Amino acid sequence: MPIPRKPDGSVTTTCAYCGVGCGFRAETLEGRVVRMIPWKEGKANHGHSCVKGRFAFDYYLHPDRVRAPMIRASIHDPWREVSWDEAITHAAAELQRIQAAHGRGSVGAVSSSRCTNEEIFLMQKFARVALRNNNIDNCSRICHSPTQFGLSATLGAGAASQHFDSILQADVILVVGANPTEGHPVFGSMMKRRIREGARLIVIDPRRTETVDSPHCRADVHLALRPGTNVLVLDSIAHVVVCEKLYHEAFIRERCHWHEFEQWMALVGDARYSPEAVGPEAGLDPEDIRRAARLYAAGPRSTIYYGLGVTEHSQGSTGVMCLGNLALACGMLGREGVGVNPLRGQGNVQGGSCLGSWPHMFSGYRFVTDDAVRASFEHDWGLSLDPEPGLRLPNMFDAALAGSFKGMYIQGEDPVQSDPNQNHIMAAMANMECVIVQDLFLTETAKFAHVFLPGSSSLEKNGTFTNAERRVSMVRKVAQPLAGLEDWQITVRMINAMGYPLHYDHPSQVLDEIARLSPAYQGMSFALIERLGSVQWPCNPEAPQGTEVLHTKAFPRGRANFMLTGYVATTERADERYPLLLTTGRILSQYNVGTQTRRTGNVAWCGEDLLEIHQADAHTRGIGEGDWVSVSSRYGATRLRARISERVSPGVVYTTFHFAQTKANAITSDLSDWATNCPEYKVTAVEVARVQAPVVTEPAVREPAEAPA
Amino acid sequence: MVCVPRDSTALSVGADAVAAAIAAEAVRRGLPVEIKRTSSRGLFWLEPLVEVPTAAGAVGYGPVEPEEVPGLFEAGFLQGGRHSRSLGPVAQIPFLARQERLIFGRAGVTDPQSLAEYQAHGGLAGLRRALSMAPAAVVDEVHASGLRGRGGAAFPTGIKWRTVAGAQAPCKYVAVNADEGDSGTYSDRMVMEGDPFLLLEGMAIAAYATGASHGYIYVRSEYPHAVAALEAALATLRAAGWYGARVQGSDFSFDAEVRVGAGAYICGEETAMIESIEGKRGMIRYKPPLPALKGLFGMPTVVNNVVSLASVPAILDRGAQFYADYGMGRSRGTLPIQLAGNVKRAGLVEKAFGVTLRELIEDFGGGTRSGRPVRAVQVGGPLGAYFDASLLDLPLDYEALAQHKGMAGHGGIVVFDDTVDMAEQARYAMAFCAIESCGKCTPCRVGSTRGRELIERIVRGERPRENHAQLLKLCDVMENASLCALGGMAPWPVLSALKYFPEDFGLPSERQPAHVV
Amino acid sequence: MWSELRALREDVDYGTPPRDGEAVTLTVDGVPVTVAAGSSVMLAAAAAGRPVVKLCATDMLEAFGSCRVCLVEIEGRRGFPASCTTPVEPGMAVRTDTPRLAELRAGVMELYLSDFPAEDVLGGWSELHEVIATTGVSSHRYGPGENHLAAPVDDSNPYFLFDPAKCIVCSRCVRACEEVQGTFALTIQGRGFESKVVASQGEPFLDSECVSCGACVQACPTQSLVEKSLFEGGYRSADPAQA
Repeated sequence: MPIPRKPDGSVTTTCAYCGVGCGFRAETLEGRVVRMIPWKEGKANHGHSCVKGRFAFDYYLHPDRVRAPMIRASIHDPWREVSWDEAITHAAAELQRIQAAHGRGSVGAVSSSRCTNEEIFLMQKFARVALRNNNIDNCSRICHSPTQFGLSATLGAGAASQHFDSILQADVILVVGANPTEGHPVFGSMMKRRIREGARLIVIDPRRTETVDSPHCRADVHLALRPGTNVLVLDSIAHVVVCEKLYHEAFIRERCHWHEFEQWMALVGDARYSPEAVGPEAGLDPEDIRRAARLYAAGPRSTIYYGLGVTEHSQGSTGVMCLGNLALACGMLGREGVGVNPLRGQGNVQGGSCLGSWPHMFSGYRFVTDDAVRASFEHDWGLSLDPEPGLRLPNMFDAALAGSFKGMYIQGEDPVQSDPNQNHIMAAMANMECVIVQDLFLTETAKFAHVFLPGSSSLEKNGTFTNAERRVSMVRKVAQPLAGLEDWQITVRMINAMGYPLHYDHPSQVLDEIARLSPAYQGMSFALIERLGSVQWPCNPEAPQGTEVLHTKAFPRGRANFMLTGYVATTERADERYPLLLTTGRILSQYNVGTQTRRTGNVAWCGEDLLEIHQADAHTRGIGEGDWVSVSSRYGATRLRARISERVSPGVVYTTFHFAQTKANAITSDLSDWATNCPEYKVTAVEVARVQAPVVTEPAVREPAEAPA
Repeated sequence: MVCVPRDSTALSVGADAVAAAIAAEAVRRGLPVEIKRTSSRGLFWLEPLVEVPTAAGAVGYGPVEPEEVPGLFEAGFLQGGRHSRSLGPVAQIPFLARQERLIFGRAGVTDPQSLAEYQAHGGLAGLRRALSMAPAAVVDEVHASGLRGRGGAAFPTGIKWRTVAGAQAPCKYVAVNADEGDSGTYSDRMVMEGDPFLLLEGMAIAAYATGASHGYIYVRSEYPHAVAALEAALATLRAAGWYGARVQGSDFSFDAEVRVGAGAYICGEETAMIESIEGKRGMIRYKPPLPALKGLFGMPTVVNNVVSLASVPAILDRGAQFYADYGMGRSRGTLPIQLAGNVKRAGLVEKAFGVTLRELIEDFGGGTRSGRPVRAVQVGGPLGAYFDASLLDLPLDYEALAQHKGMAGHGGIVVFDDTVDMAEQARYAMAFCAIESCGKCTPCRVGSTRGRELIERIVRGERPRENHAQLLKLCDVMENASLCALGGMAPWPVLSALKYFPEDFGLPSERQPAHVV
Repeated sequence: MWSELRALREDVDYGTPPRDGEAVTLTVDGVPVTVAAGSSVMLAAAAAGRPVVKLCATDMLEAFGSCRVCLVEIEGRRGFPASCTTPVEPGMAVRTDTPRLAELRAGVMELYLSDFPAEDVLGGWSELHEVIATTGVSSHRYGPGENHLAAPVDDSNPYFLFDPAKCIVCSRCVRACEEVQGTFALTIQGRGFESKVVASQGEPFLDSECVSCGACVQACPTQSLVEKSLFEGGYRSADPAQA
């Protein structure tokens, strides 16, 4: 065995995968990243890592990376490599042509939570100053927009109330619709550590996840509810809290509005939400609901962590409000060890939310319709801004299909694979005249693009990420961008090409602009982050070093609000034709749509998406382990292989969505959250049948990157 | 009535067959004979030892072969008649008569599973008295007795109990170390098989004194009869209200369970035993924290050897002073000494501290079985030093033995005659350590194998001077850098063998410099 | 716990986790140092600028006490306690560097080297190599003996390999898997000289419960567990059947 070679360079940066936002030292040898060492001083990860951040970085040199800009007249033409100038001039000219022909609102932009805060901010600036409309949205639309809405409505701030370390003070941990050990592994490890120290665990999840039962870590209560009944079950827990008088009256009187509490109490106290009434509908033992409620209310420090299993429902926003209400009622806010905390899927979902990539909000969650707010941006940017909210992402696709929306600049997103009702999305994409995709790889979405702008990986640029605990950390350039430009530089050139003059020497100047225009980021600067390692917003004169725990003394609106959370069932129902409910999730080794991780050695653990099905359902359908099955819904069908599993209950099937060929989103519905249009990925009525293996299958596994000479 | 032991040693030499033969012969003769299965007296060279109670006390016959049973009937053994196997009144057999049996008074006399007999012979008097006292007074009584741990380390039991009693914790435990693994030892087994109530009584006293609510008895898997006897005795005590909730109507609640080991010598070390009871691999924990403060499941835990706890009921029953009157120096009370190896009369000798090795080997043991001269004696298990014949007048006393790098340990004495190869014994000490090391610390894990290799090289005559020097260095590192006593003491038998018997290694026959040992 | 995580420093390995307790002052080689009660002597020594060599200790893991190179002398105490497992006490006078300690450390290092590939002793850059450099012990006098040098490399994981020949059985990987990651995939199998690190029930890493978080690789002081990416051109299996 030869002696391993010693790296000769090291740059501290932030992982671009999930919302934990681990700090890493990227070590290089002769200019190439050879390993990622978790940063001991990283306040999100304290020197720990997972298989993705630690090892799955080689995608950045994968042969599939696009190394030069490309254009084509039609999506049926082959790509043609061009210079940056040509590509950007062409893209801008196309957008301007479309706007001239179809109106200012006929084009829009989409930013991504995989991009830095600075890039996201520039994308919304692109829409507002270059397109001169508010047609800007971001991918948190399809994951955590209900968090923004639901937590703002109850607590006044659409973000996690705690820092991650707070869990080490918790006595009771309530995990709802999340699987931290797979989805947020480093936080999952911290959670398990606390459970080994004696904290109690309640899990609300239709699936018996790894979080429910792993070595030395077992849920005290697991509510394996029927998909789609979150709100019903959370209201039932609230029912027990109010009926057994487990609420914290002093907290409610001091920090909330008592009359709102009384209204809420009247609602959830109704017999309709009693565990005995809810149990049969949700597929639960009423006593388990009571045990969960008593455990949570007893604390003394109870904390809530939740994920997309709460938000991606037609009542996603209601579900988030249920969690806010519950924490308020039990006084579980404003100190260490308590709180309500969304677990964000992507590295910068929080940043995506914060930095104004919304059709109705500027950075800092302020409305475009607010004249004073708009005036401050107009003053800074030196032009008048459109006061009308723009189109949301699903509305853009609807409008594209209808023919009124013709052009789109998409940065770092792959809606064709990730957005629901794929057939609908593909038809909309095909109906546009100019689709500009800025990405690392030719994604599913890029198949519908006319301009391809090769982006930079997180190892190739400077900027900041805001993780799930509101922590802003530095992303530092370790290697030169393969195609020459960092993403923020591309967007700046796009803005310039559209006729708005703009210049930044460095992303730190963009953060300075963000700080100027966004109250929560007021005190942020690269210099401060350099000095402290990372900073949690709000960071302002009252909290010059940032804020770990929110709501300690008061809520942003003074008092918090109880929201009424009546249960309205989704219209997506199982019936005779589609008797099973499909729900979706993730696996440790793969990341979201897999663009990056499928191009790494991680395929050794997961080379394809599988359909988990209970033995009973498999048996009646003649399905065996590894058989190919068709999964069909009211919206479409796909094929994948079956895995017989006790993790799902009879009547429920489950799959991941990491591989394009799975086409998991061919079957999901276009139902969405009543408030935010967040898609209802988590409930789709399906039927499963055994089929012959597909005659022609795409290779499930791509070769990992070869070492370049 | 005829008494036949059912102790493992007796069983191993055919006690069951003898009992069956007596029953069959009685039926054949139409005689109503009651056969009582007792524990063993510990006079192993006489097993199977059949006893018949007579007006003049129990009369013994042994060792009895099943074929000899009809002859015994012919000889009228049921009335104490003479036979070639006659031993006369058992109590007058010198080996037994000269002992001071505070712990083993019931050995060979009672039915181990009869609570009534146990009580009839003084059982439960200690626990009864303890329950009438304040817990702190019980600790004081044990402390005043001078009792020290009989597992090997000889730590004062009273101080250990006081530490646990003083610790604040949601719950406390008593953990009994019954992983009796030293070569040639069997006193724990004899207590557990032959007088299980005694151990359980001592354990309950410990729990009462320290505030423990639950106990574990960690028994080595090689002792299936002991496990069965303890389980049955526990059930009996629970049924009689001596174990379980509210013992004898008091506020004191205590229960216990038996855990069976998996054949690791190291699990006789208290922290490794705790790990094993917790369901983990038996590995040494570093101290502090002491188990008395942070032991089983992180709670304050009394860890005592079987014999230590079996000594407690007598202390409580008859008072600390009575017990302390036995012994010498800082070694008070009695020690059950287990004679084994090349000895004519092998068996259990319970004797006050102060008895010399010579008395034990010659007077009790009757010299070697081979009739050849005693050349070496190992005291205190496989890690104890080897003594040569010049040291036989050493008294059995913790401090006196320690001066010669020996130890009383668990009271095992293994005797060797002049045919022994002491280099092979030294090699075996290292080989034993290599197999039984928990593998945690490097001096023990690697050093023991290197030690074995060095000894083999020396014996083969390979660079003996250099390898001898390296062996001494290794022994120094093992002794001073190991994590626990296994690695720390494995050099003792090696160094003592080198010191007293260098010729066996092919080394020059002069004694090693004094600092070596 | 909470303070422990936050006090970790990239450039310093205190050997044992920082603690959160009242101030305790002691001297290390005559240098006065104040640390939190509950801290180890090893941590105090590092804080005093008198770091003690160590192999099984690292400040992301609780003390273990197995490697026996961190022995110190403490005034008024017998023997040579391991600094990682000895808690500080007020007024304690610790010596980290005496001829006797050097002798014992050298003896322990010889034992390590007696089961370590001789060709890897020089030129490496692992923590073990740092200790070799600090103690000046780079060879042993045991001659050829039983060893683990021919044990096969497990290169099943796509990102790292396990070379048992370089393993010193310090359990850092096992403890990292338990304490840091919480997966409990690794264990020590066998006992005594036969003790070895295995994944699950002696399975290849890839087939085991290992989640490839990398905590074990991070923790390994000898590069027995090491990233394949550090090898020239990427690691290639030596076994032609696997290559």
